[in-house]
Amino acid sequence: MTEQTIELPRRESGLLRAIKSVALLRESVVGMIGLGIVVFWVLIALFADLIAPFPPNATIMPLASPGMAGPDGAVFWLGTDHIGRDILSRIMFGAQQVLIFAPLATLCAYSVGIPMGLAAGYVGGMTDEVLSFIANVILSFPVLVLYVIIISVIGASAVNILIAVTFASAPGIMRIVRGLVLDLRSREYVAAAETRGESPWRIMVLEILPNARGPLIVDICLRVGYVIITIGVLGFLGLGLPPPDPDWGGMINETRQMAMTFPHMALFPCIAISSLVLGFNLLADGLREVSLRD
Amino acid sequence: MMIFVLRRCGTMVLTMLVVSLLLFLLLEFSSGSVAIKVLGPYTSEEQRNLWLEAHGYFDPLPVRYFRWLGNFAIGDFGESIRFKVPVSDVLWPRLANTGILALATLGTVVPLSLGLGVLAGMREGSKLDRTISVGSIITTSVPEFASAVLLSAVFVFYLDLLPGTSGMSDGFDLVQLALPVMVLVLYDFGYVTRMTRASMAEVMMTHYIRTAVLKGLPYKAVIMKHALRNALIAPFTVIMLQINWLLSGVIVVEYYFAYKGFGALLLEASLNQDIFLIEACAMVAVFVAVATQTIADVGYTYLNPRIRFS
Repeated sequence: MTEQTIELPRRESGLLRAIKSVALLRESVVGMIGLGIVVFWVLIALFADLIAPFPPNATIMPLASPGMAGPDGAVFWLGTDHIGRDILSRIMFGAQQVLIFAPLATLCAYSVGIPMGLAAGYVGGMTDEVLSFIANVILSFPVLVLYVIIISVIGASAVNILIAVTFASAPGIMRIVRGLVLDLRSREYVAAAETRGESPWRIMVLEILPNARGPLIVDICLRVGYVIITIGVLGFLGLGLPPPDPDWGGMINETRQMAMTFPHMALFPCIAISSLVLGFNLLADGLREVSLRD
Repeated sequence: MMIFVLRRCGTMVLTMLVVSLLLFLLLEFSSGSVAIKVLGPYTSEEQRNLWLEAHGYFDPLPVRYFRWLGNFAIGDFGESIRFKVPVSDVLWPRLANTGILALATLGTVVPLSLGLGVLAGMREGSKLDRTISVGSIITTSVPEFASAVLLSAVFVFYLDLLPGTSGMSDGFDLVQLALPVMVLVLYDFGYVTRMTRASMAEVMMTHYIRTAVLKGLPYKAVIMKHALRNALIAPFTVIMLQINWLLSGVIVVEYYFAYKGFGALLLEASLNQDIFLIEACAMVAVFVAVATQTIADVGYTYLNPRIRFS
């Protein structure tokens, strides 16, 4: 008896597939604009140390208006704030903060929300009832009320913001994952895996989760945008990352009292945060459009 | 139907109870220094312990929880440490102010977003649709605090048309309400518009609309008589759920414009660790959120002809 081998088509590498999906996005103008804005800010954050004209926390010349020349020929393109720090440099370094913390917080929320959603959707029964009830209770809080209370109890610090975002967003992620799982669990490949006798967690993680990725990727983009707003709001309310390191929300809060005389101080961080959130929202919209098309 | 409503109300009460327990436990962590806040820093340990003892802080946790819950149920929310008056004395007037703000906002958001959503969804993919869709993404991307800064820069600094704060120190003033309402409307209308658009676009694809168009009804009649009735069911739910978001937005806007409302009160209570006030504010906020959600659920079932309880 000769052994027969079947030539399996080789699976493309993950990188190649990722590049192909980005190429798909090219069909959506809105999505490309969003991607462009996000990439722009990521580049700024990556190279902030090289391109920022001044150190972010250095007091140089207070109350300079945009375009004013500083000492030794340098220009304050966006002006300086009330204690003389260059706003352009602070926005650039602020981008680092935002683009580290917002995705990190989203990741934390997802790593709690996905197992909850998988368990609720796949196991069902009592597990589902209990998890869904917990999610409903947390989601019945107006989000910001929840954030304000949590932060005021555990204090404002980077780690605590991550905890608060995870606590407040995980239930929403759980609901989405649960809905997707309920839809997918009756598919043939799940039945096949069950017949093979694979363990429930293996089925959830290797069979169901990869097939639920489309809507989740769209949700990740939207959620990162929303977390950016949240971190900004907390900074704005004085509950965010502690000064002096630049944080867009905090910059607006520190200078809004002077907004009547020096509007530029609060204006530029506002534009920065709005454009970044817009980038993520447009990207999500483009991804949704592309994923609905095929 | 009656059983459904009763069950929804039961869930609502249960949720409120769990929320109250959660809040109580959460704030338990930060109550160590209540005595210092009330009696001042220049008191001895003994005096503080006496005060704590007299006010029942050394009782077991369940006893304190049920005493608080019992008092809460009969409208006794405790004493505010910050304002040195009963919580209900500060809470109700603030709530009324926020109610005015919320009503003005919803009064603008609802007609605006329904109108724009229907216009966009009527002809999916048209230039008008694209413009409205992208416009609503842009406005929802600008956080409330950013649009507050942007709008005050324009209307207060450059045009000098509106006052920059809304403290209402000399009685109620409609002009001072304009900017806060604008900020809230700008952030909130995008989402409702998109939902209305999606719902309208879905209805326009149905067979009965195609039939109505093909049998030669004027386009206006198709929209007004056939499409709208079904397209506006989903936005009703969205609008009710939007109230939950509005309560978040209110915190930012009231803080920025120094409006004496409920959101600013909650923030002030949190910053001062005024436990009873935080608890009362949070309970009220959650109650409003849960109540509107229940109304949304019940209303949706009532409005949707495809769901009927026999």
